[in-house]
Amino acid sequence: MRTILYLLQKEFIQVSRNRTMLPIIFIMPLVQMLVLVYAATMELKKVDITVVDMDLSETSTRLTSKFEASTFFHLTRAQLSPAETDQLLLKGKANLVVTFPHGFEQDLKRNDQASLQVMVDAINGSAAELSNAYLQTVIADYNQKIRAEMMGVPKFTPPEQVNVIPAYWYNPELNFKFYMAPGVLVILVTIIGLFLSSLNLVREKEMGTIEQLNVTPIKKYQFIIGKMMPFLIIALLDLTFGLLVAKIVFGLPFRGNILTLYIFTSLYLFLIMSIGLFVSAISETQQQVLFVSFFFLIVFIIMSGLFTPVESMPLWAQKMDLINPIYYLIRIIRNVVLKGSGLFDMTRELLRLTVYGLIMFSLAVWRYRKTV
Amino acid sequence: MNQLLGFVKKEFTHIFRDSRTMVILFGIPIIQLMLFGYVITTEIKDARIAILDHSNDNVTREIKNKVLSSGYFLLDANLKQENEIDPIFRKGNVKEVIIFERNFAQRLEREGTANIQVIADASDPNTAQMLYNYTNGIVQDYTKKKYAGFTIPVQIKSEVRMLYNENMVGAFMYVPGTMALILMLISAMMTSITIAREKEMGTMEILLVSPLKSTHIVLGKVAPYLLLSIIDAIVVVCLGNFVFGVPIRGSIVVLAFLVILYITMALSLGILISTVANSQQVAMFISGFALMLPTILLSGFIFPIENMPYPLQLLSNFMPPRWFIDALKQVMLKGNGLAYIWPNILILSAMTTVFLVLSIKKFRLRLE
Repeated sequence: MRTILYLLQKEFIQVSRNRTMLPIIFIMPLVQMLVLVYAATMELKKVDITVVDMDLSETSTRLTSKFEASTFFHLTRAQLSPAETDQLLLKGKANLVVTFPHGFEQDLKRNDQASLQVMVDAINGSAAELSNAYLQTVIADYNQKIRAEMMGVPKFTPPEQVNVIPAYWYNPELNFKFYMAPGVLVILVTIIGLFLSSLNLVREKEMGTIEQLNVTPIKKYQFIIGKMMPFLIIALLDLTFGLLVAKIVFGLPFRGNILTLYIFTSLYLFLIMSIGLFVSAISETQQQVLFVSFFFLIVFIIMSGLFTPVESMPLWAQKMDLINPIYYLIRIIRNVVLKGSGLFDMTRELLRLTVYGLIMFSLAVWRYRKTV
Repeated sequence: MNQLLGFVKKEFTHIFRDSRTMVILFGIPIIQLMLFGYVITTEIKDARIAILDHSNDNVTREIKNKVLSSGYFLLDANLKQENEIDPIFRKGNVKEVIIFERNFAQRLEREGTANIQVIADASDPNTAQMLYNYTNGIVQDYTKKKYAGFTIPVQIKSEVRMLYNENMVGAFMYVPGTMALILMLISAMMTSITIAREKEMGTMEILLVSPLKSTHIVLGKVAPYLLLSIIDAIVVVCLGNFVFGVPIRGSIVVLAFLVILYITMALSLGILISTVANSQQVAMFISGFALMLPTILLSGFIFPIENMPYPLQLLSNFMPPRWFIDALKQVMLKGNGLAYIWPNILILSAMTTVFLVLSIKKFRLRLE
């Protein structure tokens, strides 16, 4: 125990003397929380829409002002030829172009139906789908209104109606930041756990100072624990700091028990650091460690469900997530922070993280050689 | 010239002998494209739901069947009471609970309306909204069938055309972004790290006392990565084209020019970083956080810039990848030429010049 304490003391002195590491440890959470969470938003706000009205009838101008009234669209009216419309979309000046053809109103009155044309820049497929869906609701609403006016019925309703009433629990305002912030915290502790600890070990190797440690009576597991503990503490501090920032800046609710979160995060850090130390035990230079960790970090993050739900992924990808540490913690932290889940709600995750962590720790201890 | 060639050869040998670096150089782009192409979707499929049916009559059974046979939902549990909802959400598997009110069929027949409540787990707001929309769609479809044959008068129809990406393939968004990320990774990060490594190891001194000119040292460091970046760009474009069907509608020459300009920019940025950083760790953290995060987040790669708060939109103007990704999308997907992308080219060139001038000023022949 005393040996470990001395090792810890050494590591803390090293970290606190390193002038480039300190700002990384304390500024990173702040920047990540502020930039990442605000930047990573899928909510659509201002969709540029251009209306080309060749009909200029009452019906078309009224529908145009309906578009204008919605906060979702930023509307421009223009009289353009088809070639000019193409140019507009090619230049990216409009996301959507709605064209009312000549005789739009007449068609509607005489033939009981009329068509308008919608052109959508669909390079960003999901955004295109969403803005078109929104446009269609505005059109449908308006359609219902003029139908009632033209037919003289107060409101046209089908004979039987089932109302589906939504309720959004845990996040009634559908605030996307509440979804992103816990996920970003996971990335934060991962970077600290994975990079700082593994780089630290391999740096000793590269500098040759590991030889000095190897000839001391320190046991292998003591050495590895000594390398892990400081960063575990730093990562937990950063987690707390990040949560506070999230709470103060955008009012992230915290429904769960903070102790539950610390237990899960410590287990996770134990796992991720074991992976990091394993990587550094099999690497010779910092560059190699960086690249290998970077590679896995990117794959793990993409597959973790940080941006898109894991349930939507193909089955093989969901199976692969069984060995994705980030997937577990993101799921856990969202459940604990937003829904107040406890240890017993997630016994499966608890068990898996522990077993997985022990396996990786044994691998790291086994691969670390004192002899050259 | 001969000296320079010899030096370039040394650098190549360095890179090729390190298998891990090679994995990063060619593994990351391929795996990343595959993941973005196949894994990242927001479609709903087999979402787990629970049902609380207070009525359990013909109509609710029919609706339940429709919902569960749609392919979007999987039944996780049948609940008996309202107080079972919160615990089941807390476990985290169930994303939505559908509640049928009492005497559902009776009310529908007598009063003409009946209510279904849908409680969605909005800790993931987008999915929650989509789940509700899907459920609502299925239920409305069911009622519509009941009054089939009933034609709706006065109808406004829209002919919708999805331009440039008819099938709304996600890869159209991700291929240009991945290219920007990979080229930045290789060009800026790798160069800055290798130069910092020579400094850290002390081998930089050996290079500085050699008869090589400092420009030759820099050129020699940069040349291999220029070549590797170009190869990677070709790999990304080909993969995007053959595997995901991302077209190249514009001119290949313009595309090549744009890519080389961006690589030059990233390389000069890498040199600039290495003049500041004295150790690999510092170089890594600067390029990792000062470059990677903005490349991913503030460039419109995944998250559209128009959605961000104004200060971040302003900030994104200073991010080179933003201009590159925009130009790349225009050339590849819209088929635009120089007449459209000249502002982007101008901005990227200006940025390159600034980085180069700064690094020449900072590059010192002597170490302290």
